[in-house]
Amino acid sequence: MSKEGTNRCAVIIACVLLVLVACQGGEKQPEGDQAERIRIGLVLSVGGLGDKSFNDSAYEGLTRAAEELGIYPLYGQPEQMAEDEKYLRQYAEEGLDLVIGVGFLMKDALEQVAGEFPDTRFAIIDAQVDEPNVASLIFREHEGSFLVGAIAGLVTSTGKVGFIGGMDIPLIHKFEVGYAEGVKHVRPDAEVLVAYAGSGPQAFHDPVKGKSLALSQFDRGADIIFQAAGSTGNGVIDAALERGLFAIGVDANQNYMAPGHVLTSMLKRVDISVFEIVKDVVEGRFKGGEHVYGLEIDGVGYALDEHNESLIPPEVIERVSVIKQEIVSGRIQVTDYTATH
Amino acid sequence: MNDIFAVFGVSLLWATVRKSVPLIFASTGGFFSERAGVINIGLEGMMLFGAFSGAIISVTTHNPWLGIAGAAVVGGMIGYLHAIATITLRANQIISGVAINMLGVGATIFLCQVCMGGERSFSLGPADRLPLWGPFIPLVYLAMLVVGGAFVFCYFTIPGLRLRAVGEHPRAADTQGVNVNRTRFLAVITSGVCAGLGGAYLPFFSGSFTKNMTSGQGFIALAALIFGKWNPLGALAACLLFGFADAFQESLQGRGGLPSQIFQVIPYILTIVALTGIIGRSTPPSALGKHYERETSK
Repeated sequence: MSKEGTNRCAVIIACVLLVLVACQGGEKQPEGDQAERIRIGLVLSVGGLGDKSFNDSAYEGLTRAAEELGIYPLYGQPEQMAEDEKYLRQYAEEGLDLVIGVGFLMKDALEQVAGEFPDTRFAIIDAQVDEPNVASLIFREHEGSFLVGAIAGLVTSTGKVGFIGGMDIPLIHKFEVGYAEGVKHVRPDAEVLVAYAGSGPQAFHDPVKGKSLALSQFDRGADIIFQAAGSTGNGVIDAALERGLFAIGVDANQNYMAPGHVLTSMLKRVDISVFEIVKDVVEGRFKGGEHVYGLEIDGVGYALDEHNESLIPPEVIERVSVIKQEIVSGRIQVTDYTATH
Repeated sequence: MNDIFAVFGVSLLWATVRKSVPLIFASTGGFFSERAGVINIGLEGMMLFGAFSGAIISVTTHNPWLGIAGAAVVGGMIGYLHAIATITLRANQIISGVAINMLGVGATIFLCQVCMGGERSFSLGPADRLPLWGPFIPLVYLAMLVVGGAFVFCYFTIPGLRLRAVGEHPRAADTQGVNVNRTRFLAVITSGVCAGLGGAYLPFFSGSFTKNMTSGQGFIALAALIFGKWNPLGALAACLLFGFADAFQESLQGRGGLPSQIFQVIPYILTIVALTGIIGRSTPPSALGKHYERETSK
């Protein structure tokens, strides 16, 4: 091939790549007729699908709703926070029956769009939006975190445990504070090391950062690290695997990700909350306002399955179920960081 | 105060090395390109291509070594693209670099979604991982070899002299019979190969690929290159310093009850301080950013 030919070839390749870039917009629509079905739009948080945690859990709820309730699901993956509003508005303009915003970071965008489309139903996960057409799906993460903190406190052999958060925002401190209280509840002399991956949305999808923060905490003597950090946490789990120590998963059940090295996972049933709110729309009883998912209805909790049952002694499980009852009955008060910040 | 001193130790040293490796690869890559006279701000995008291709090849073939090779090849191909745009087609070097960065973000997300059924991140299984040699994965040692190699090549070999000549005074090099554009082509491709390897370090270190996982390290590598006065050893020192700053802030976090943001700004403050005062004048290669056109006798 002549030099000119090679160059032309390269230019063509470049153009093809550019077209690929142009069509990487995150929206995807399933096949099939959507005219007479109830349409639900889900706008995912920055990390996007594949985080094996928060976003994947929300998407699972939507998929289950599509299978069991026959709704027509749509979802969008904004490339960055600035695009959240565009996705929400587009779904609202299309007249979807419910538009769900995933994550605290979408609060301002959703507030704005929900005000512009008062007749459209919205739901937001992890944030409080005071509009009559918005359902705020709130979790009592501090309670679930308290339980996994108690497990960590009972299982640790060094008396030092770690916490790694994603973005440094009050919502993530809610996990941290609940966890630390849980640890101290069962082991008052334990030390809790705390680190955050960053102050921007990138902190929720930076597994490199997650792994190096985790290695640093393991080096300082921690033997169990709880992460609440989206896919940043995948790096924490990897560090536990490398060092032969423990990580604690978050949001979804992540026990399978490194069997034997994920002590348990703090479950936050985002999937259930999505499914339930869709069901409300389908059954015509959608209600705005707060929908709270706490321990008493297993909206939060901890995961026990074949991957970790050998890691947690039965007496620990017994103790933790007592603690759970005490939280539900109000005998133990877990601090909700977001209530005061 | 004891707490602060407790930070220093072997673990901080290892963490510094781990943090520096992607920067070292990328800044060495930048060194090749810029010493030949071609600005390469596309390092970030090239790294991202390397990260994705290294991870995806390893996940599909279960051979991490093939992943590494693939990352180098893909990085080289993106370098080739930059070379075509800037040398053959004589596009503005900055704009081409910016385009490559945008391409890197978009194309890797797109390809990831295609390969992974809509997902934007994926994990490497145990068989897809590089082994640990001592405290590090093999890429760490390769980075040291690459830096040393770049130094020896550029200052102790004839082709290295030619490469520098092309970046300083292409006309003079041309009259001495050096093929300016071919030299630049090779330099830019080498640049892509290094950046691709630097990117590949990220998924092999962390065990997963995530969208946009380079998070600005290509630009920090470029700053390290300038800070190191366009010399591979100077750039190495700068990368280690940046790596140290980041590792230091990570191990400081949670001590003394200060907010995490205070620690997180340390690397950036250090960068600004370093760039403004301490190093003195950093002079770029004189033909940097300039297209070379041969005079013809027609």
